[in-house]
Formats: sequence, structure tokens, C-alpha cells
Amino acid sequence: MKTKNLFLSLAVVLSALGSSVKGQSVTLSGAGSTFVMPFYNMAFNKFTPETGIKVTYGGIGSGGGIRSLKDKVVDFGASDAYLDDKQMDEMPAKVVQFPTCSGAVVMAFNLPGISEIKLTPAVLAGIYLGQITNWNSPMFKKFNPGVKFPDKAITVVYRSDGSGTTNIFTNYLSKISPMWKEKVGFSTSVKWPAGIGAKGNPGVAGTISQTIGAIGYVGSEYAFAEKISYALMLNKSGYFIKPTIASIAAAGKGTMPTDTRVMITNSSDREAYPIAGFTWVLLYKEQNYNKRSLKQAEDLLKLWDWMVSKDAQAIAVKVNYTPLPASVVALDKKILRTITYNGKPILK
Amino acid sequence: MNSEKITKYILFSASLLILIIAGGMVYSLIRGAMPAFDFFGWKFIFSTHWDPTQGHEQYGALPFIAGTLFTSFLALLIALPMAFSTSLFVAEYFRKKRIAVVLSTFVDLLAGVPSIVYGLWGFYTLRPFIVELGLSPQGFGIFTSGLILAIMIIPYATSLSTEIITMVPNELKEAAYSLGATRMEVIFNVIVPNARSGIIASYILAFGRALGETMAVTMLIGNSNNIPNGLFGTGNTMASVIANQFAEASGLQLSSLIAIGLLLFAITALINAFGKYIIKKLAAR
Repeated sequence: MKTKNLFLSLAVVLSALGSSVKGQSVTLSGAGSTFVMPFYNMAFNKFTPETGIKVTYGGIGSGGGIRSLKDKVVDFGASDAYLDDKQMDEMPAKVVQFPTCSGAVVMAFNLPGISEIKLTPAVLAGIYLGQITNWNSPMFKKFNPGVKFPDKAITVVYRSDGSGTTNIFTNYLSKISPMWKEKVGFSTSVKWPAGIGAKGNPGVAGTISQTIGAIGYVGSEYAFAEKISYALMLNKSGYFIKPTIASIAAAGKGTMPTDTRVMITNSSDREAYPIAGFTWVLLYKEQNYNKRSLKQAEDLLKLWDWMVSKDAQAIAVKVNYTPLPASVVALDKKILRTITYNGKPILK
Repeated sequence: MNSEKITKYILFSASLLILIIAGGMVYSLIRGAMPAFDFFGWKFIFSTHWDPTQGHEQYGALPFIAGTLFTSFLALLIALPMAFSTSLFVAEYFRKKRIAVVLSTFVDLLAGVPSIVYGLWGFYTLRPFIVELGLSPQGFGIFTSGLILAIMIIPYATSLSTEIITMVPNELKEAAYSLGATRMEVIFNVIVPNARSGIIASYILAFGRALGETMAVTMLIGNSNNIPNGLFGTGNTMASVIANQFAEASGLQLSSLIAIGLLLFAITALINAFGKYIIKKLAAR
């Protein structure tokens, strides 16, 4: 009798668990980068009424987006860092990746009465390595004649969560400082030698605005929208450059390898802002998986073919992202045409 | 089937479901944490290096275990006298008076304030105040987080111990008074010995809450992955590092974060077990 009861209860429980029937969804879904979410959401909102294709996007972080694509629970993943060979090998099937827009990392600071400062790579690395600890350091005065720096401890702020912004920023530091490269390296999150962490762009920006003497890095799309004051950076060609959509676009002008794996930090273009980077979308190369219909694959390709088009790229600018240069758009279109359904290319 | 049986089956399935969920949680935590423990072994618990940089990844949970225990103990230390005196105030000195009702309502209200609101208050109000006092250059750290945690756990410690103190039989107190005991003597010789297991249980409950608190602590502790150097040093807690890094983690880092979740689970269970042991011991006396 006891065992019968147990089985009966188990049956009730299991039937409850099993009732989550797999629905044949016709909407496209994606997940990943929070950095690019405002752009995607706005563009998808325009795409849906024009085509009738619904798209949902979850900004769960680039790592989460890659995981979701790996588990085949989304149609596309979005990541601020491209997949390297090892990560590609870990995917269950061949994946293609292509950039959709770019952005930059700006250095925000809080010094009352000072609205603009100039920073050099050496000073920036010194601050983040914990070697320059006070704003009255002669390193600042040298490039900022006329600016009166206070005798105030520098509070270094970084992102405590993993982030594409951190990836771009630490990649830049690794390029300009051998010591940083050796001691810290670059990644979506690293072991910071100095400073305090805050979560997300709003967390970092909020901490800086509330702490006198603070400096930190913030995504350009957030800084531009929130009108945060930020530093001019000395670029590789020796010019102090203010981060703007034009100077970020200049950073992306260089040649793009056919696998699109490129970091555009420390660009040698004379007009380029040096701390910039692309964001990528990941799709399976063979779209017939998990019993997906041809229609779903076609819709997905239609979406991304449109996302790199002029119309969608104009939306990117509206929400403070930097559009792709024409050469990268052409490359993206070529990559999209390699995606197949049952071995046949989907887009003509 | 009669209603008696139906009720029994429903209750039985419901409790079985909880068991399955709890078991499943432990199972998936252990499974997820295995790669980290396989790779690092015991060093995972005792290493202070947390380096998620690709190429030289290394994970050790000690800074987070230390941060969690420091902030929680500090919170308990601050909350203890306040909760104890509040519950005496409400349950003994001003029992059933209007002021006691108002006070206990406000204390209960504290429990309903969302964690993010405490975090924001700590960030915008408490933190600048600590900077103003010159205790720390930016106001983040163990002390600020511990203080906020203390405010957050006071209602948990207070309301339960108030209940317990109210439950001390009146006959005992009256007997003590009739023997000429003062109010203080009644409190420390009659009420506290009678209610002590319950009072301790309420503090353990509050401590458990402090261990797992995430949002407010993340906003105030400074999120630096090192063992805090002193009361005003910055650090990170187990729950906070999971909240911070889980979304972007993969591979060994993901497994290490799950392992931290498992350790937090174990620490909470251990403290609960210890609490139960104390209660049992005190109750037996």
C-alpha cells in the first residue's frame, strides 16, 4: 500500500513536470550582449511591423548568449567578444559570427570644476595598475596645462560583472602596457590590481558621479546618452581624440579579416579614438537543426540581412552606437550568404 | 476515493515535490561544481586568487568566504543589541501599550523594504556620510555593507524574539516579582533563561538571511576580489560574486561560481545545524 501511494504521488509530480509542452513558436529569439540591447530592441521594433516577423531578445550577457546558442534554445546569440578557435570547437555545430555595429569605452571622471582632461596610455595604465594614486601626480599636469588638479586620492572603478566593455578596455591596456599584458591580460573580467567594482554601466557611472576623485570606464552608448563628462585619449598617432561616433567609426576603418575576428583598439588611424570595439552576432551555419522549419531559417536570415543594411544601421546611430563601415557590411552580407538549410544557401 | 484519501495524496505529492526540488538543487549544484573541485581540489576553498582572465584562469573562493562571514558577523554584532533591546521594549517594558504596537509595526515594515532600496539608500546616503566622517576615502567596504545588513536583519531577529519573550509564562514573572526581584533581575533571571533557545533561534535565522543577501551588499562592498584588509577594506561576498559574474561566465569560471553556490549552501546548512544543536542543548537544561 505504501509503495502504491508513493508511485501515485510520483506520477502526479512527473505529469506536472512533463506538462511544459514544447510549443511550435514562430517568433525568432536571441540572447546575449547587454551592451547592444538598446540598438537591437529598437531595430527589432521597426523590423516586426514591416515584415510580420516577431523577434525577442534577452540581454543576459554575452557569455549567457553563447551558452544559449550552444544549448540551441535561441535562434541567435550576441556577444561583445568574438569566439576564438577553442570556443568554436566547443560549439555542437559550425557557427558563423559577424559584427553588427561598434562602440567605444570612454573614461569618465569626477573632479569638481574640471570638465575635460587629457589622458595618455601610460597614465591610464598607471592608474589601473595602482601606480598613480593621486590626482596631483605630475603625470597629469604634463598633458593638461592650465588644469588645476586637486590633492585627492584616485578611486579607480571597474566593472564587477563580466562585460564586453571590460574586454575592449583591458585589450587596449594590454596593447599599450607590457606590464599590464604580463600581470593582468585581457578578458571579459580580469583580476584587477587596484580599485573597486560596480555592476553594469549604470553602476560604474553612478559610483563615479557620487565619488569625488573617481575615474572609471563606461560604454560610449551609455556615456553619450547620459551626457557624462569624459577624457580625451592620446591615440597611437599622437593626437588627443574625443570619443564621438565619427572618431569611433575611424577606429573601425582598418582592414577586416574574413573571419571578422578583430580588435580595433589602439588604431593607428590619426582620427581614431583608441578604445573601441565591435559587437558580434552568432548563428549556426547549418540552419536545419532541432526540427527548425525552412521558414524560420529564412526569417532569421532576413532579419540579419536587414540589420546590417542602411536602414537598421541608421537606428544604431540614433541610440549612440557607431554604424559599420561599408566594407564590413559587404563582408557581413557575404558571410550571411554562406548559411545553409540542408546544405543549400538560404539567401541569394 | 473519499476526501480523506484525496487530501492525503495531495499533501503527500506536494511535500514530495519539495523534496525532489531540494534534492535536484543539491544534485545540480554538485554536478555543476565538480569540474572546479576536480581541477583545483581543496585549493579551491583555501586559495585567494580569483583570476578569470583567459589564458591564466585560476579560481579560489577564500576571499568570498571571508567577505561573507565578515559582513554577516559584523551585521549580527550590530543587530544583536538593537534587536534584543527592541524585543524587550515591545514584549516586556511597554507590553500591549500603543507605543509598542507602533514600534513593532515599524520594525516589521523594515522587513518589507526591498533589498535594492536598502542598497540605494546605502549608496546615496550612508556611503557619503562615511566618506564625510573620514573613515574611508570612497565609503565602500565591509563596514558599510555590515551596517546595511544589520538594519536589514533586525526585523527578523526582533519579531521572533518578541514572540518568544511574550510567551514566557506570566506566573513565573509574577512569582519573581513577589519574591522582591527588580525588573532587571526578572529579565535576566527569568525571561532570558526561559526564552533563550528561541531568542538564539531568531538570531540564527537573521544570520542566515545576512549570509545570502546579495543586491544591497553588491552595491556597497566594493566588489574587489580580495580578502578584506580591515573593517573599512573592500571585498566581495559569495552571493555577490555569483550575481556579478554568472551571466558572462563559461567553462571553469561558471563551474567555480556554482561551486561557490554549493559552499554557501553548505555554510548555511552548517550554521543552521549548529543553531539547532545549541537550541536543543539549551532547551534540555
